[in-house]
Amino acid sequence: MSAEQSPKIVIVDESPIRAAILEEGLREAGFTGVVHIREMQSLLSRIYALDPDIILIDLENPSRDVLEQMFQVSRAVRRPIAMFVDQSDAASIQASVDAGVSAYIVDGLKKERIKPILDLCVSRFNAFAKLQEELERTKSALEDRKVIDRAKGILMKLKGLTEDEAYVLLRSTAMREKKKIGEIAQSIITASEMLK
Amino acid sequence: MTAPLYIGFIPLVDASALIIAVDKGFTAAEGLDVTLVREVSWSNVRDKLNIGLFDAAHLLAPVAIASSLGLGHVKVPIVAPFNLGINGNAITVSPPLLADIQAEIEGDRYDPMATALALSRVVAKRRKIGAEPLTFGMTFPFSTHNYQLRFWMAAGGVDPDEDVHLVVLPPPYMVDSLANRQVDAFCVGAPWNSIAVDRGIGHILHFVSDILVRAAEKVLAIRQSWAEKNPEIVAALTRAAFRAAEFIEQPENRTEVARMLAHPERIGVDAEVIQRTLDGRLKISPDGTIRESGRYLLVAREGASRPDPVQAAWLYAQMARWGQTSVSPQALNTAKAVFRPDLYDAALGTSRAADLGSAGAIGAFAGPTFNPDDVAGYLASFDLSRRVR
Repeated sequence: MSAEQSPKIVIVDESPIRAAILEEGLREAGFTGVVHIREMQSLLSRIYALDPDIILIDLENPSRDVLEQMFQVSRAVRRPIAMFVDQSDAASIQASVDAGVSAYIVDGLKKERIKPILDLCVSRFNAFAKLQEELERTKSALEDRKVIDRAKGILMKLKGLTEDEAYVLLRSTAMREKKKIGEIAQSIITASEMLK
Repeated sequence: MTAPLYIGFIPLVDASALIIAVDKGFTAAEGLDVTLVREVSWSNVRDKLNIGLFDAAHLLAPVAIASSLGLGHVKVPIVAPFNLGINGNAITVSPPLLADIQAEIEGDRYDPMATALALSRVVAKRRKIGAEPLTFGMTFPFSTHNYQLRFWMAAGGVDPDEDVHLVVLPPPYMVDSLANRQVDAFCVGAPWNSIAVDRGIGHILHFVSDILVRAAEKVLAIRQSWAEKNPEIVAALTRAAFRAAEFIEQPENRTEVARMLAHPERIGVDAEVIQRTLDGRLKISPDGTIRESGRYLLVAREGASRPDPVQAAWLYAQMARWGQTSVSPQALNTAKAVFRPDLYDAALGTSRAADLGSAGAIGAFAGPTFNPDDVAGYLASFDLSRRVR
């Protein structure tokens, strides 16, 4: 069986970055037969044409339900089974759901060959989630920065403060009201727009 | 307050008893701390319920049965102490398919036998000229939508596995797929049929209540093992859902209900579109034609919220008819036992089902009256089937 060399793996993911991270990890681990499907149109026929041993799909993807059709009878393709069919390894199933990835595996593929692939997916998915979180944080910090600069400008103009004094006023108000400095800055902008 | 409960749902109008139970405070009044989790696929809802990430879920009734039987997936016994909706789906067709059906129809456009026979003539004509088979979208292999489409077309002699393509499509993709002609028709729940009509790209051909008078659609699904350990929580949840369902059915509450359901974290579409479904007053064509039905979606009225094992048996019979399982008395009993009127009655102090009238529990437009005690005999009366012998 060709799967004994390197199983053919299909990644179904609309996020090209996450798919790339996953693909790279799989290749590094020696899994060379990796194909990424990004387009959800005619998903099943593409999968049938590729005839993979393992299909990985993220849990945010509504097309998971499309894959469930593979379990219906009378298909002339090798019969895939869901990862969850084997309940003996509850911990790794839980870990994969937490990370947001699900796997479909062709019946007959040995369990010990699947485990390292799934473990790798879980860690890569978690790494991607962390990356995204950092990106979000940076983005919102940048947004805050812009809002604070505008609020400082308003305070400087209206109250004749220096930039440093305006910032100190914002910060002390935020501390007193137990709010984020960005929120105080936003309310200053809102108020000044209303008073225009 | 109890420990926090996590309940999964798919943004559809038939999740309304669950959503209103939480958002209107009926669960809190029962001392329950419920967090609703919006999901994107039935596979996710099923898996998260099965492995215990969810304590309960808004689930397709056939998935609850398939899960209890271990069909298509891992076997996890599920119980349903509450029925979240009877009916509520519709079949929507593209304008060209409607024109083709209308050109072939003999009789009433709302009569499912007339449309099914017309469809079979459309299918035959297409085959003759070498056109691609028609494609019908539905939501899941184990879904009422799948069985309703199959029941309807098979009655007109259309073989759902040979004469047309039946494909799974996630509900949020249905309307776009119809617009770009990937499918010619679909069967789905609210609000998606109305959205296709509003976009001017689809006509509602049938309410599923044309096909079956009563069809259990979604259930409140709970793992059997968890339900046995937490009978008081199950009862409290059932009461909260019941109060919400009764609240939804009061016409004077509909505007408020529709507004709450329209919230972006819940169903996330216009309140007006949601209210059409609740009122059973739907625009069925882009030209503004309105069709009303008192049976479009039953949430509490006519005893809709009490789980009926006859419904479970009918769904099991469809699984057997279309080759998803074989008929066995044990499996039939397992299927029936998913629907738990006893848990419903224990929670609410009720003791019997509402009188269903002469149409009986199912009331299909074709075939013999359904006999839940003789599924094999019932299935033998259909010419078209994929029964595994």
